[in-house]
Amino acid sequence: MDIFLQLVASGFLVGGIYALIALGFVLIYKATNIINFATGEFMMIGAYIFYSLVVYLKLSPFIGFPLVIIFAAILGFLVERLILRHMLGQPNISIIMVTIGLSSILLGLAEIIWGSSFRSFPPLFPRKPIILGEIVLRSNLFYGFLMAMVVVAVFLLLFKYAKVGVAMRATANDQMAAFSMGINVKTMFTISWAFGAIAASLGGIIIGNIGGVQPTLGHIGLKIFPIVILGGLDSIIGAVIGGFIVGIVENLAGGYLDPYFHGGVKDLAPFVVLIFILLIKPHGLFGTKEIERL
Amino acid sequence: MKILSIDHISLSFGGLNVLSDVSFDVNQGEIFAIIGPNGAGKTSILNIISGFYRPEKGKVFFNGNDLTHMPADKRAALGMGRTFQNIALYHGMSVLDNIKLGAHYHLKTGLMSALWYWGAAHREEMELRKKIEEDIIDFLEIESIRNHPVSALAYGLQKRVELARALAMRPKVLLMDEPVAGMNAEETEDMARFILDIKEEYDTTIVLIEHDMKMIMDISDRVLVLNFGQALTHGTPKEVQKHPDVIEAYLGKKKAKTNRTAII
Repeated sequence: MDIFLQLVASGFLVGGIYALIALGFVLIYKATNIINFATGEFMMIGAYIFYSLVVYLKLSPFIGFPLVIIFAAILGFLVERLILRHMLGQPNISIIMVTIGLSSILLGLAEIIWGSSFRSFPPLFPRKPIILGEIVLRSNLFYGFLMAMVVVAVFLLLFKYAKVGVAMRATANDQMAAFSMGINVKTMFTISWAFGAIAASLGGIIIGNIGGVQPTLGHIGLKIFPIVILGGLDSIIGAVIGGFIVGIVENLAGGYLDPYFHGGVKDLAPFVVLIFILLIKPHGLFGTKEIERL
Repeated sequence: MKILSIDHISLSFGGLNVLSDVSFDVNQGEIFAIIGPNGAGKTSILNIISGFYRPEKGKVFFNGNDLTHMPADKRAALGMGRTFQNIALYHGMSVLDNIKLGAHYHLKTGLMSALWYWGAAHREEMELRKKIEEDIIDFLEIESIRNHPVSALAYGLQKRVELARALAMRPKVLLMDEPVAGMNAEETEDMARFILDIKEEYDTTIVLIEHDMKMIMDISDRVLVLNFGQALTHGTPKEVQKHPDVIEAYLGKKKAKTNRTAII
């Protein structure tokens, strides 16, 4: 029982961090109907920028975070303006190929700039593990989870109440109608790319802080993909719940089953759950029905 | 006084002439109807006026300003409201949220203060909400459904909510694409009454496309008849009904001879 609770608790924390990265997919998909396969690389770039600011420039993490947010917003802005704006009206599959290409470019750029070796972050949080009764939680995981939840909450509130959020929801729903309401749809596209990049790169910092950073960090993006599909591509709440489900399932499978096989069950389990959920709810747990599956 | 001028507009899609050299003026405070057989270019004209299409030739003037090259959202901000042929409501949201989106433009607070939901932005929101609630919801008699999700409403009501959303923008000109298409007699009557009331109470100019000839002839001040992308004629409903070209376009040549006072 102790082991079970332990596994569920740490899975829950990991899940919260996954949720933030999943938001990187959802925020972009919601307004633009584009699945950004470079989300993982946005994450990795965010982690490297933070690493460079804190280690090379010796800035305080408190300055590093806002700077990464600004940088990520610029990255999202540039990607949308320079690349995806020109793809407007092209078939969906071409746009997706462009984002896959973009992920390779970002990966290559990261290797050129930072090299391919593994780097670990300087300690950001108190090292002392968090102990709740029988459960022991790694401090990096715990504080990372808290950070992720704060960011997710900010995005949720933004979407629900702020004018930008409402305008983005309107854009996602019906672009023609949004135009005729006086919403600048193209600006909304740019903003959603900036938001998506911010969510992904903050997730990248948290993940990098737990496990170190290297150019292949972005491969976690592939792991996040089942979460996004699971929750329904256009639902923020779906991303959060999906994140928790995958985090917990992954941890339980890893804890109980991996010893019997030669590992690997941990990475497989989320996909098994994904297939089962999609059999029952083809649009994901919270997705809009019209969503296209790819 | 003319509020909207369409000046020698031409539009084609890959060699197919959708509109050729169409000109007309819409006067302040009138109900201006555009009719014509399917494929005559009616919706294309609305799309040019609201900025979704760019005409190849010709210009669009609104209150004397040339807005031929102005993007759609800026035109909306100038006071052009629009409803769509296929209902374009935001389905996940409630009736009230949809209407509030219409009033979106009138929230003057910028991004930074909108992030802080309280303070000025909040007050503005509350005032706006009150205005909308008391005004438009009452006006269109949708009080009882204000918190319903739109997708659960009957078709006629959805059309009415879409109208409410467009009205929440306080448009100077309201463009309506087939406001009563697919409605039963009672719903059509209600909608016709609302359109007349909007003209009276809000002094809004209305440009509408419709196939329901009875309604058009009952409520419009002037009618433009399009056929194959060309303006056949325009004038009061009576004048248009008697015009030989119109009868020909609708009924064909042979019948036109024997059936002059046809039912248009």
